[in-house]
Amino acid sequence: MTDGPGAPPVLRMAGVSKSFGATRALDDVSFELRRGEVHALIGENGAGKSTMMKVLSGAVVPDAGRMEIDGRPYVPSGPLDGLRSGVAMIYQELTLAPHMTVEENVCLGREVHAGGWLDRESMRRKVRETLELVRHPELPLDVPIGRLSVGAKQVVEIARALLNKSRILVMDEPTSSLALEDSQRLFEIVRGLKDQGVSVIYISHFLEEVQRVADRFTVLRDGRSVGAGTMAGTRLEAIIQLMVGRELTELIPRVEHAVGEPVLAVDGLKGRRMAAPVSLSVAKGEILGIAGLIGSGRTETLRALFGLDEVEGGTIVVSGAALRGRAPWTRIRRGLGLLSEDRQGEGLALNLSIADNLTLSDLAPYRRLGLLRPALQRRGAADWIGRLQIKARGPAQKVGDLSGGNQQKVALARLLHQKASVFLLDEPTRGIDVVSKSQIYEWIGLLAREGKAVLFVSSYLPELLGVSDTIAVFHRGARVESRPAAAWDAASLMAAATVGRAPRAEPPSPRSAA
Amino acid sequence: MSPKRRARLSQALNFFGPFIGLLLVIALFALIPEVQGRFLRFANFKSVATQSVIVALGALGMTLIIISGGIDLSAASNIALSSVIAAYAVNAGAAPLVALLLGVATGGLVGLANGSLVTRLRLVPFIVTLGMMGIARGAGKWIAGNQKIDAPMTWINDLMAKSPRPSWLLLAPGVWIVIVFAVVLAVALRSTVFGRHIFAVGSNEATARLCGIRTDRVKVLVYALAGLFCGLSGVMEFSRLTVGDPTVAVGLELDIIAAVVIGGGSLNGGEGSILGTMIGVLIMSFLRNGCTMMGWPNYIQEIIIGAIIVVAVTLDRLRHRKE
Repeated sequence: MTDGPGAPPVLRMAGVSKSFGATRALDDVSFELRRGEVHALIGENGAGKSTMMKVLSGAVVPDAGRMEIDGRPYVPSGPLDGLRSGVAMIYQELTLAPHMTVEENVCLGREVHAGGWLDRESMRRKVRETLELVRHPELPLDVPIGRLSVGAKQVVEIARALLNKSRILVMDEPTSSLALEDSQRLFEIVRGLKDQGVSVIYISHFLEEVQRVADRFTVLRDGRSVGAGTMAGTRLEAIIQLMVGRELTELIPRVEHAVGEPVLAVDGLKGRRMAAPVSLSVAKGEILGIAGLIGSGRTETLRALFGLDEVEGGTIVVSGAALRGRAPWTRIRRGLGLLSEDRQGEGLALNLSIADNLTLSDLAPYRRLGLLRPALQRRGAADWIGRLQIKARGPAQKVGDLSGGNQQKVALARLLHQKASVFLLDEPTRGIDVVSKSQIYEWIGLLAREGKAVLFVSSYLPELLGVSDTIAVFHRGARVESRPAAAWDAASLMAAATVGRAPRAEPPSPRSAA
Repeated sequence: MSPKRRARLSQALNFFGPFIGLLLVIALFALIPEVQGRFLRFANFKSVATQSVIVALGALGMTLIIISGGIDLSAASNIALSSVIAAYAVNAGAAPLVALLLGVATGGLVGLANGSLVTRLRLVPFIVTLGMMGIARGAGKWIAGNQKIDAPMTWINDLMAKSPRPSWLLLAPGVWIVIVFAVVLAVALRSTVFGRHIFAVGSNEATARLCGIRTDRVKVLVYALAGLFCGLSGVMEFSRLTVGDPTVAVGLELDIIAAVVIGGGSLNGGEGSILGTMIGVLIMSFLRNGCTMMGWPNYIQEIIIGAIIVVAVTLDRLRHRKE
């Protein structure tokens, strides 16, 4: 029930500007949201999307500009006021109370009561109605949120927003931590919201996904709105060009490299959190892509390989010698390096400096007479900051201040700095901007050229297909199929990941790594 | 103000912030006519320093633990137990040096037990050390036969003497011991790999593990080191009291933790400094000293110190937000 172009927009932002110190985060931004539409907000990290959404939610007061909801001036005094005006945020980091049940979470702050006594019956009824609206009536009301999957948690968040009678929903990277199936279901929910007359502002780095779910889009670049239009009939390349402000000749640069002799051989590896033993092997200069749904055993395999999860059986052979120790430090010593899928929680210590984060796994070169020399450490880090084109004030800056893409480059630089020869990369491009993505693809290629072995886990099929030499698919804890990348396409990968076997698209031909 | 200058200013504030608090406390009492004459004397400063020794030694170890993201509630019980062991040894005819080492080793063993339990059983430090608080206190009473252990005077009792012999020492030997260990630990924290690893474990343990840091080993070492300092503190307690008293220092662990927190330590881990902690110890000692001179009752001191803790941590948070 999208209204025609003539109807007044639900939300209008005009001339909104906001500066933080010397940085202009938003510069004369205009934005219109119609009733019952899904509007994609697109831009690189640091383009101003999150500041714009903070202004909308009331968390940040703009320096200039006007906002209207339903034609009436909207000047939120804070996030609570924004919520009362019908603006709800579904954040990347979910904001649910893990120990409380589904019912309690959905009703949080909106409890139905009589004189302070909870009216459980009517609350349960309302929650059930709302879950019906988001097409998940099967969710149990009395289960603590902490026991549900990420996808289910998100559904609960959306239900909470609906119960609050929110009319504008902001979804910030809603699929970044979802498995394929859950993403599909989320799209259905979003489409359902449109029918309820709810408008959705949809922020995502996955452009294909945006193309499927959004009606219109607005592109932000360097704090300005540089373009807007209807999704239908707009080519992705055109949007990318708006985002980066220049022609992207090749999003996934192809780096020539040759595959050498095997360097990592895993036989019957069984980790504590793995459903079944896994065997695989990777050669020098080979990029082995690993596809699969979340929970299919991809991450669990990498973690067992690296000694982060307890190993219950199997052998791991690196360069002809079996690995003995159990702990991660023994793996690092043998040349393994792991890039965590959870950049903020595990990958980086956010309140430590770039220099510390980058060199933490190998501080030996900066020691003189037993004492650590911070100046040397910073110099060593500065070198990598330059090589990976990390945008930062300097090596002493806190990692937490950097954008997602630059944070990820620090995490990758750590593995390069510790001179790893086998790279275990778990979702290395999750939640980062297009340009950083492209740089990371190039680095992966360069690593292969230098004869490193790379295991590359990703949920984003185009990058798996574009970067890998070989792709293995995981399904329910087991490696179900490996083929040269050229013998896969998105459809067959998806099929193998979701049902465990793939139709033979074409006879697998050994791909010359050229 | 340019961002660079602002960064430098906030850096300076970080460094001098605790000093300013200490100077304020000293200035406060120095301005009160009734006490200023007695308060500002070197002899008084000397006695404040001596009174600080026991908390200061405990706080040195506690700083390491808190930076690593842990807590030690058994510190005070450990001090009491170690003082009992030292007294017991002297009483049994051991050489003073042997008694001193036995006291320190006792503290170290308790710390080692804390660290091993935290890492092996994967229990929260709060619970492990809460249990150890009772165990160490009970063990002390048991060994002492539920009374004080008298011991003959030895040179150990000179360690906390207000007027040190030889007099060119100026300060009690115990004070010098604190100063030496504070310098050593400050350097170790700032510029050894071990120090960096303590910060990393406290800042984000998962990251530390990912980077190949042996997080369990770091934690065991930290608790064991802190235990050694509690043991030394216990020996100082014995030196001061000249008896081994298992009921001494009840609740002192909270003073120790307060000193670390006033000095900028964060109970979430990853933050804290030896210099800050030492200033935190001095702030509390000077307050006690000044209040006593004013003739204010004990409860006034308690209220003031309680308020100082809250104010100090609030200021710390504000400073962080500005960054």
